[in-house]
Amino acid sequence: MEVKNLKKYFNVGKKQLKAVDNVSFEIYEGETLGLVGESGCGKSTIGRTILNLYQATSGEVNYKGKNLQEKLSKKEKKFYQEEIQMIFQDPYSSLDPRMTVLEIIAEGIKIHQSNMIGKERLERVYELLELVGLDRKHAKRYPHEFSGGQRQRIGIARSLAVNPNLIIADEPIAALDVSIQAQIVNLLKELQKERGLTYLFIAHDLSMVKYISDRVGVMYLGSMVELASSEELYNNPLHPYTKALMSAVPIPDPDIEEKREQIILQGDMPSPLNPPSGCRFITRCPAAMDMCAKLSPEWTEVEKDHFVACHLF
Amino acid sequence: MGETILSVDNLDVSFQTNSGLIKAVRGVSFDLKKGETLAIVGESGSGKSVTAKSIMQLLPKQSTRIDSGSIVYGGNDLLEYGNKEIEKIRGKEIAMVFQDPMTSLNPTMKIGKQVMEGLIKHNNIRKKEAKKRSIELLTEVGIPYAEERMNSFPHEFSGGMRQRVVIAMALACDPKVLIADEPTTALDVTIQAQILNLMKELQKKTGTSILIITHDLGVVVNMAQRIAVMYAGEIVETGTLREIFYKPKHPYTWGLLQSMPKMHQDQSVPLIPIAGSPPDVSLMHDGCPFAARCPYVMKVCHNHKPDQTQISVTHAAACWLEDDWAPEIKQPEKIGGVSNS
Ligand SMILES: Nc1ncnc2c1ncn2[C@@H]1O[C@H](COP(=O)(O)OP(=O)(O)OP(=O)(O)O)[C@@H](O)[C@H]1O
Ligand SMILES: Nc1ncnc2c1ncn2[C@@H]1O[C@H](COP(=O)(O)OP(=O)(O)OP(=O)(O)O)[C@@H](O)[C@H]1O
Ligand code: SF4
Ligand SMILES: [Mg+2]
Ligand SMILES: [Mg+2]
Repeated sequence: MEVKNLKKYFNVGKKQLKAVDNVSFEIYEGETLGLVGESGCGKSTIGRTILNLYQATSGEVNYKGKNLQEKLSKKEKKFYQEEIQMIFQDPYSSLDPRMTVLEIIAEGIKIHQSNMIGKERLERVYELLELVGLDRKHAKRYPHEFSGGQRQRIGIARSLAVNPNLIIADEPIAALDVSIQAQIVNLLKELQKERGLTYLFIAHDLSMVKYISDRVGVMYLGSMVELASSEELYNNPLHPYTKALMSAVPIPDPDIEEKREQIILQGDMPSPLNPPSGCRFITRCPAAMDMCAKLSPEWTEVEKDHFVACHLF
Repeated sequence: MGETILSVDNLDVSFQTNSGLIKAVRGVSFDLKKGETLAIVGESGSGKSVTAKSIMQLLPKQSTRIDSGSIVYGGNDLLEYGNKEIEKIRGKEIAMVFQDPMTSLNPTMKIGKQVMEGLIKHNNIRKKEAKKRSIELLTEVGIPYAEERMNSFPHEFSGGMRQRVVIAMALACDPKVLIADEPTTALDVTIQAQILNLMKELQKKTGTSILIITHDLGVVVNMAQRIAVMYAGEIVETGTLREIFYKPKHPYTWGLLQSMPKMHQDQSVPLIPIAGSPPDVSLMHDGCPFAARCPYVMKVCHNHKPDQTQISVTHAAACWLEDDWAPEIKQPEKIGGVSNS
């Protein structure tokens, strides 16, 4: 998938809210691309625009040679809806409480593989349940009878029902306990290995993102500020925001935490309704220069496969 | 060891609900020392908030039953206090900060007025002085243009700023104890860093004791000197920061520490989760609360509750493995700290 100059503006009253402003990146087949950044920086909006839940203001989302933002035929639409699936943050609200697990998972199969019926469909549901580590006897139960981690498994089974290729996981573990997060992350990794899935993994937790992602993109106030392999990004962060973000995370190891040097950012992220001109990060950047207020920095490949948008580079 | 300021002893709290009795907190004991930060960690539903709220009598009177225990502060048992008496302590001597700052803020009242109210109520000072002090407090917690922002409403502030205001209100009366229940869970990491540093700075200045409740082990290490690990309503292990992270004794603590990715964790090595899911506290039995998920479970664990075994002066764990007759087991190798991958 190639996302090119993607913009998504919302009209809020008379103003324009630039939720995603000119973002470009690629997702390679079979990889996990992590997307991190503070609340409101536009991560979910990117995911939703890729899924065509939002119409982009401008820009392209190219997938298998087709720009999904253009008008698609019904058949094409259906194809892409199957190919690209989403897993949501909240395993509580994303499952219909009145449907059994069987109905929830079978729904996708019904729409997308209408030739699969009766016993065959049931078998497929069982197979999916077992794939995500649940039991076939769970099929008759309702979502409220499950724990958070189990519900997230149901959500994953539902998205796998149509044999997708790309999965957009929007904070899939944020609502879960640490011990359960590890279960879900292991499951996602196993599924990826078995089925060659590609993930766009949106998250807050930097250590989990590092562990699961091949490459990581960092967003700030609607823009992507840095993108590199996860090793490179964590060992050699370049953008002042990435540096601050990484240094802000307390480390659950007393000896290391004692030595951690923090870059404390002043203030909050500005309102996206009223972003500063020039570089978006200027109001909080410890390294800001005169030109940062005037020019918005270009998206540059400073080292091979390491992109950054900052006037320092 | 310092002087104890707050002592919770053998606390049992249950709730009467439509689906039966929920024994949310069972036999919880801990001491909070003067000037220290004690962290209570544990998974969702383990009883952390219920413990904290029972200290301040903030649980719904209708359905809550305090079955036994005492919470001693200043020589008196807070559980025996009536409304009026606890009101005097609440906010003045013991202050609370919650995860959602809006629990403590009135959405229809200007920020300034809210901060002033607490000051006037507890300190018996005049409006003019309260206003001056409020501006100072808001400045101290890092609200820019505090004088002007006194006239703002909570919705005009970001989440981080609201939490600062709540902290300013909590500190208005120089409390002896600050109970912070997931104070940064709803905030972004860069804002979390600001708030944690703020709390530590203020503690340095005032010597306040902090009881911080969190499920984030990073936050624990950043803030606390001692840790109490809770599981399904019980404290299963207590120790200093280093004892818990480098010499943990309880299998639940092992599981908790192991399920985090290590700093240089090889991406091809799977994480080690705790199997199963947290128990339903309405169905708790007599044995060890962790028995159903414990990889080392023995027969005795199912039917008999393990006592706390003292491992050092500061370290105790409630697990049958610490008992003399228990078989030697091989502890998992990769526990403790994120660095040893
Ligand atoms: N449907 C909408 N209408 C108007 N504004 C929106 C809409 N959806 C999102 N926004 C705004 O766009 C910006 C980006 O939101 P988005 O949900 O993409 O952020 P995010 O990075 O996913 O944040 P979080 O980490 O909190 O989930 C925010 O300022 C948000 O308020
Ligand atoms: N007012 C109430 N009525 C009935 N049950 C309650 C009430 N408050 C809490 N509980 C139950 O008590 C148990 C402990 O809840 P508590 O809020 O203390 O958990 P916690 O450790 O703070 O979890 P979290 O990390 O999710 O905040 C839970 O099973 C919860 O459902
Ligand atoms: S008492 Fe038994 S079940 Fe409980 S933690 Fe120890 S070994 Fe495991
Ligand atoms: Mg989002
Ligand atoms: Mg709680």
